[in-house]
Amino acid sequence: MNRNTRINALLLLAVAALAALPLVLGLGDHKEEPFTGADAEAETAITEIEPDYEPWFSPLYEPPSGEIESALFALQAAVGAGVLAYYFGLRRGRRQGEERALAARQDPPAED
Amino acid sequence: MHIAEGFLPPAHAIAWGVASAPFVVHGVRSLTREVREHPESTLLLGASGAFTFVLSALKLPSVTGSCSHPTGTGLGAVLFRPPIMAVLGTITLLFQALLLAHGGLTTLGANVFSMAVAGPWAGYGVYRLLRRYDVPLMVTVFFGAFVADLSTYCVTSVQLALAFPDPGSGFLGALGKFGSIFAVTQIPLAVSEGLLTVLVMRLLVQSSKGELTRLGVLLTTRGPKKQAVSAR
Repeated sequence: MNRNTRINALLLLAVAALAALPLVLGLGDHKEEPFTGADAEAETAITEIEPDYEPWFSPLYEPPSGEIESALFALQAAVGAGVLAYYFGLRRGRRQGEERALAARQDPPAED
Repeated sequence: MHIAEGFLPPAHAIAWGVASAPFVVHGVRSLTREVREHPESTLLLGASGAFTFVLSALKLPSVTGSCSHPTGTGLGAVLFRPPIMAVLGTITLLFQALLLAHGGLTTLGANVFSMAVAGPWAGYGVYRLLRRYDVPLMVTVFFGAFVADLSTYCVTSVQLALAFPDPGSGFLGALGKFGSIFAVTQIPLAVSEGLLTVLVMRLLVQSSKGELTRLGVLLTTRGPKKQAVSAR
């Protein structure tokens, strides 16, 4: 592993550790429902501050179940990851192609 | 940071919509200009949008015992400047509002303002400021992304506190309440986002030197313009 790859791996590891630590340390244990979404907690806070508040508009489409919702979230992440992977794959391929073409031009007899 | 559908009173919803609209319109103009003048940047634009797509779908646990997600807007703001990020962020928020019932159409203006306008501008501002003092690129990128992420959630807290001031302690009391839900939860996530943005920027430096030089992210000491052309 060269230095660049090692630094990149360390960065990923740090992110994974930051995500895993709250779970490992049980930082959600003091809650009735640990690790709920902050967005939902804000909704609860709104109804605490203003108990009479009624949302005046409801979503046009709501995923019928948690499974469908997580599927759509996974789809969102997959589309994003796919495009990113395409970008970096294309760049890498192009660069390798250019290097090969350059090497072939400088050193024609090396090609068999 | 997604304020749920219908959870902002109509007057607030309209006001935030009006506040966001000019940024998005200006952003669409910048985006079409960028694509027309530099068709080769379309791919990197797509990649920046994709980064926001991935990161805003990743709900991560945090120290407060609740979950939240990064925004992924720092990268695009640093690469293409905030106006373009306003468009990419709006697309992401629209996708989530329409398909995931996450956020909403009536709160789109407010959510766009926090995630696609205020966050990118704050992050970009910090990035530019640090660059002026010759801070190493990756450090500036980290803080740019960190600030873009965290400020988004601070703006959401302000938006909610304005709409729902606490009957006893008023605006500040509500701000403390929403801030403790959003901003504190977000600190470790903003660090994660900073690290991930640095990772992607490192990969970009390895793979797309020419592009980064043209965008002014990478500075070359010998003739930046020529360098950009020859590196392509």
